[in-house]
Amino acid sequence: MNTESNSALRSEIAEWMATHLTGRFEALRFRGNSGDGDALPELRKEWERELARGRWTCPGWPEDMGGRGLSVAEQVVFQEEYGRAGGPGRMGHIGEGLIGPTLIAFGTEEQKQRFLPKIRSGEEFWCQGYSEPSAGSDLANIRTRARKDPVTGEWIVSGQKVWTSLAHLSDWIFVLARCDEGSVGRNGLIFLLLPLDQHGVEIQPIRQIGGSAEFNSVFFEGARARAEHVVGAPGEGWKIAMALLGFERGISTLGQQMSFAQELELIIEIARENGAGRSPIIRQRIARAWVGLRAMRYLAMRVLADDPSGDMRREVLGYKYHWSNWHRDLGKLAMDVLGLEANIVSNDPRRERLQQLFLFSRADTIYGGTNEIQLNLIAEQGLGMPREPRGTLG
Amino acid sequence: MTLVLTDDQRMIRDEAARLLSERSSSEAVRKIVDSGAGTDAKLWSALSRELGWCSMAIPEEFGGLGLGATELVLLQEICGQWLACVPFWSTACVATPLLLAAASEEAKQRLLPAIAVGDLTIAVAWGALGEINPLAVCTVNAAKVDGGYSLHGHVSQVVDLPFADLVLVPALLDGVLSLFAVRRDAGLHIEPLTSMDATRPIGAARFDALELPPESRIDGDGLTSDAVEAALALAQLCFAAEQAGAARGVMDVTLAYVAERVQFGRAIASFQAIKHRCARLEVDIAEVRALIYGAAANFSADDAGELRLEASGARALASELLFRAAEEAIQLHGGVGFTWEYDPQLYFKRAQATTAILAQPEGHFCMIADALLGEASA
Repeated sequence: MNTESNSALRSEIAEWMATHLTGRFEALRFRGNSGDGDALPELRKEWERELARGRWTCPGWPEDMGGRGLSVAEQVVFQEEYGRAGGPGRMGHIGEGLIGPTLIAFGTEEQKQRFLPKIRSGEEFWCQGYSEPSAGSDLANIRTRARKDPVTGEWIVSGQKVWTSLAHLSDWIFVLARCDEGSVGRNGLIFLLLPLDQHGVEIQPIRQIGGSAEFNSVFFEGARARAEHVVGAPGEGWKIAMALLGFERGISTLGQQMSFAQELELIIEIARENGAGRSPIIRQRIARAWVGLRAMRYLAMRVLADDPSGDMRREVLGYKYHWSNWHRDLGKLAMDVLGLEANIVSNDPRRERLQQLFLFSRADTIYGGTNEIQLNLIAEQGLGMPREPRGTLG
Repeated sequence: MTLVLTDDQRMIRDEAARLLSERSSSEAVRKIVDSGAGTDAKLWSALSRELGWCSMAIPEEFGGLGLGATELVLLQEICGQWLACVPFWSTACVATPLLLAAASEEAKQRLLPAIAVGDLTIAVAWGALGEINPLAVCTVNAAKVDGGYSLHGHVSQVVDLPFADLVLVPALLDGVLSLFAVRRDAGLHIEPLTSMDATRPIGAARFDALELPPESRIDGDGLTSDAVEAALALAQLCFAAEQAGAARGVMDVTLAYVAERVQFGRAIASFQAIKHRCARLEVDIAEVRALIYGAAANFSADDAGELRLEASGARALASELLFRAAEEAIQLHGGVGFTWEYDPQLYFKRAQATTAILAQPEGHFCMIADALLGEASA
């Protein structure tokens, strides 16, 4: 990562953030990250449009798709400066980081023209319809059905999705559904784009451990997707769904690390103030957290370096396990540094942030592949150990 | 800064791995262990004289290749993986950086070219081998005498001393830390000790009014510069690399065993209880290696700064990692895991021995905490 040549870009972004994350947007600083994802939604949507006016949405997209065509290193700079300035959690993340690149790679010309401009401009927001009550870690066990209407060619969808982040604030959902009756596992799936504002879609919030509700259940009862809103061919849904997960490649995690670093600084600041920092055990834990964060930064850079020699392939598999467990431990450390103070629900923004960190970081080791699934992947793909046998139930 | 190895670096690494997989096999290491020598003289001669390993990080003006910290950690990692019984760390990763940081120009001209061609194997007689700062204690005193200096004192453990041609000795001269170079044949009294980790020899050094010529004092200006701190951090980082490599080595031994061993009609590697424990170790190996290679890529000989903290962090994690990898190896081998015949014992002893050298994890974390939180009041 050549940081020298990126310094102009770095100051351009810092400057833009300093002049735009002000006034009414000031309230958004450091808000809307994991665990706080449903904070100030309308203002955050306006912020997305402000970003779009500065051409800072979708900067990694190719220029002919309306992006800036930034390299991976440059996108990292953007994420870091955005995080450093306290830029709020991105309402447009799923559009910009997941479905956008998927459409750029696999979409038809019409799909690109219909959807990409409105993702970029902050006019349309997306959510992800993958998990189901019986398809969690075993995602291929999808039961939501898609049936073709023989008259109109539309796809008629019935079933239930769950853990759908920000569905209640979104306009569109991409859905993985079973289009071949009787098919099992990865075969016979379809990847559909559906508007949420229609009969046959019902969204119910799921209240989380911290009290807020950024996740939802989404029920489909005869909801319709237009014939031309299939990505890839019917039956190829699994391939598209997995490719989508591959697009993220951890660029946003370097921005996430800015937020982790701020959390650790906050813990250190409080430990110095309240005397917790005199305990030898707390001191050891803080030092350990600092070392883990350093290692995480270099690990992320290894992930992003995408070494053509393949030297790092085995190691980058462990990245998700590493950061999620580090962050979860940080949440516990934050509470132990606060001590009794942690027991009182607080409006003090510093304490509130740490309390949310403590509660929501429990999700880190579950979403995006649980610890147990991650360890299976590392053992099987990284260490060449035998695959898990499949059961016969369900 | 890039974390991707260059083609040259990959070549150095692959060549080293190929050579040590042949010359430092379990059989070869066991011969050295059984002999009690602790050092494989033939292998060391091949590495230092024929392959120029000691010239890697010596600047070209002193006859070296002028490469850097990344090459050193690469080689250290391979040495650790194969438990190579050679004084590479002592000579190339501790003594050489110390000389570069603290020796006078004249002493550099005299000693570095000899190191580069493999003519000098060096041990350093730290007063505080168990501390992050091994200069924190000094048990040797120097006095000016007619015709040079006289050294008096005792150093209880010196790594690689039994095989060294030259010993670097920090000593107090009129209350100021200075550095002396003592040739093995200069009348130095060496007591060989029996190391629990028989893959690395340790000896005690005694100086009984040992008289030395004037040129034996080699420091340019004492031992307190930022450059000395950076050299010590590099030594720590290279030691962490050896530990990470050894962790990889013992894990490979374990993976091979669990893939072969059949119980209940299946290879025990197929049990999730075993897969997950191996995968946890793999995550930790990746963490430590990322830290080591990231710190090495940022290494600067002039400024210890953040490197000091990162090197200590790497040491703390690497000590814990290697010990866990070795104890898991014993556990996952079952009954044969605690026999002399199987290899986990070799790594297990290396794990404990390296943990104690240049500070245990708690010491490293303490130092980092002091930097983050201010020193703890008593």
